[in-house]
Amino acid sequence: MELIPFLGAALLFGIGLFALVFKRNLIKIAMGLSIIDSGVNLFLIALGYRSNGIAPIFTTAPVSNAQAAATMVLPAPQALTLTSIVIGLAVSALMLSLAVLLFKHYGSADARKIRGLRE
Amino acid sequence: MSGLSKIVKNVASVFIVPGLIFGAYVVAHGHLTPGGGFQGGTIIATTLALLLVAFGEKSFRKAIGKNALAMLESLALFGFIGIAFLGLQSSFFNNFLSNSGSLFGQSVQFGVNEGNINSAGVIPLMNFMVGIEVASGLTIIVIAMYSGWGERK
Amino acid sequence: MKQAIKLIFFLVFSLFLLASVFTLRPFGAPKHHEMDSYFLENGQRETASNNIVTSIVFDYRGLDTLGEATVLFSAVSGVALLFRGALK
Repeated sequence: MELIPFLGAALLFGIGLFALVFKRNLIKIAMGLSIIDSGVNLFLIALGYRSNGIAPIFTTAPVSNAQAAATMVLPAPQALTLTSIVIGLAVSALMLSLAVLLFKHYGSADARKIRGLRE
Repeated sequence: MSGLSKIVKNVASVFIVPGLIFGAYVVAHGHLTPGGGFQGGTIIATTLALLLVAFGEKSFRKAIGKNALAMLESLALFGFIGIAFLGLQSSFFNNFLSNSGSLFGQSVQFGVNEGNINSAGVIPLMNFMVGIEVASGLTIIVIAMYSGWGERK
Repeated sequence: MKQAIKLIFFLVFSLFLLASVFTLRPFGAPKHHEMDSYFLENGQRETASNNIVTSIVFDYRGLDTLGEATVLFSAVSGVALLFRGALK
């Protein structure tokens, strides 16, 4: 079964989507968004894997000089996943602080009772 | 809110110095081993969050000054952009210190080697700036959410 | 009515996810890797650092890191603005 990383990313995305669509509490919706973030980052790293590869670091690598560039894993998706993780952290922090302020203003954390913009 | 009991305070104060040193190690060796600015900054911020939870908010405010974290964060981001501007003779973000023989400038042969900390040019300085910025930024977020919404005076 | 719409959307999307897992490219054989081959062969000589991922993040693609530091700074200032009463 060599499809386990892709299947794991799809499963994480599915669980996060279930929490985002079907739950009513504000904190649970924020958690669902964070789980979707983890699934997408896992998918991005799993796309850049080479079979029997090693990490793209030259300090004490267990291969010889000639075949080093051919057995290393692709380094560019890993570098862009770092940026994606930090952006996910920023979104999650702002969503949770907005949830705290909404609870303080409305008295309840139910997403159906926050209708101040409608009327 | 006040801190936790005496046992928690004693055990937490054992963990703080190794945690900070480990975070500084991950930041400093960013060009040799996996790690770098963002990862090491998060480790330092987690250790400071442990300090906050164990000792309470008032002791934490007295230990670390009132505006110290905000000033550190702004100065570190300013230093990061300043280092990027220093290489402007060729381009923005030019690595003008690598392979040059001055501050961090020793050359590295191709292939597997043990790693030389004197080697990568502008990259260790940028790691240091980004590490301070991430650590102080995350600590500000943790303090703001821990204190709740405060008393509106 | 709303529950039915939610259920249909969720089922359609998860079927799409499952179908895409089995029809992607095989795991472990990336097809277009000219840029990464350039980074692996010339990165250590040009930037003199052993860690290729750090040299991509801070040297070859430094503008993305500048944007990321700006996003983090604006998120911290947004949280400090929302909790103005606590940080007095």
